[in-house]
Amino acid sequence: MSEPISALNHASYDGIAKIAECGLQGMITLRGDLSDKVLAKAVKDATGQKVPGQREASFTGDTGVAWMSTDELLVLVPYAEVEAKLAAMTNALSGTHALAVNVSDARAVFSISGASAREVLGKLAPVELSAEAFQPGQIRRSRLAQVAGAFWMDDDQTFRVVCFRSAADYVFKLLKVAAQPGSEVGVY
Amino acid sequence: MPTDRQKDDNMLILNCPYCGVDAEETELAAGGEAHLKRFGPGSSDDEFHDYLFMRENPKGVHFERWRHANGCGKWFHAARCTQTLEVFGTYSAQVTEPPKEIKDAITAKRPDWTWREFS
Repeated sequence: MSEPISALNHASYDGIAKIAECGLQGMITLRGDLSDKVLAKAVKDATGQKVPGQREASFTGDTGVAWMSTDELLVLVPYAEVEAKLAAMTNALSGTHALAVNVSDARAVFSISGASAREVLGKLAPVELSAEAFQPGQIRRSRLAQVAGAFWMDDDQTFRVVCFRSAADYVFKLLKVAAQPGSEVGVY
Repeated sequence: MPTDRQKDDNMLILNCPYCGVDAEETELAAGGEAHLKRFGPGSSDDEFHDYLFMRENPKGVHFERWRHANGCGKWFHAARCTQTLEVFGTYSAQVTEPPKEIKDAITAKRPDWTWREFS
């Protein structure tokens, strides 16, 4: 069995914020009726969290769940547990109109941390990132320059960014440029 | 609704009715005219021709389909003015005509508006 390696294998960069590729992250896309009780229980069993409301995300470390759209959730579990969690989820949802798929190896995850983290991400996404508008507990799907990306905050100075694995190198380079020393804008 | 911001800049901002985000146009993909009625097998040549080719091109009130492509991915409808970029409202994709509150919002600003069979 070959050893799984994340897209950029923990590459990192220190600028006005610290950029780091987070390594392997178990990730399950779950689609279905979000008001369904069976689905809610499957999410609870996998993550310990309840089904999030519109644009909400709740995480503890690398486990949690985020609202992706009216019929889609992103379930995060530790990479080593993803197959078992997915099997349990698929089993629980067997009589329900729902679909759970392991997308762990299709994605890359980055963290942006530091006092200027909002500023770094604000340069790349058309999103209001002031402390009044965006807080831990929220998720936003948007674009990072030219590729799709989603992000949420672990705490007031730390973002986690998810993008397609095929775009990982592009996103890392974007984040590095946005975090260049001396490039503070001072908006947030 | 993003009305205040809409006045201040010239970028199109639509509120996605599915995820609630005020999305600006680089997050969106235009999907052409709204509320087309499909004429397929069994329809006359004229009906099929009109369905395929005949589109409204108004200066003023217009109804369009948009997709929140760099976002929640959902299709929705928007009522807006092609002349001023003013947005009257956005609404669900699962309807065949604009809901009453959208029509009322347009009438408040453009009392004489008509668009295809709607007014």
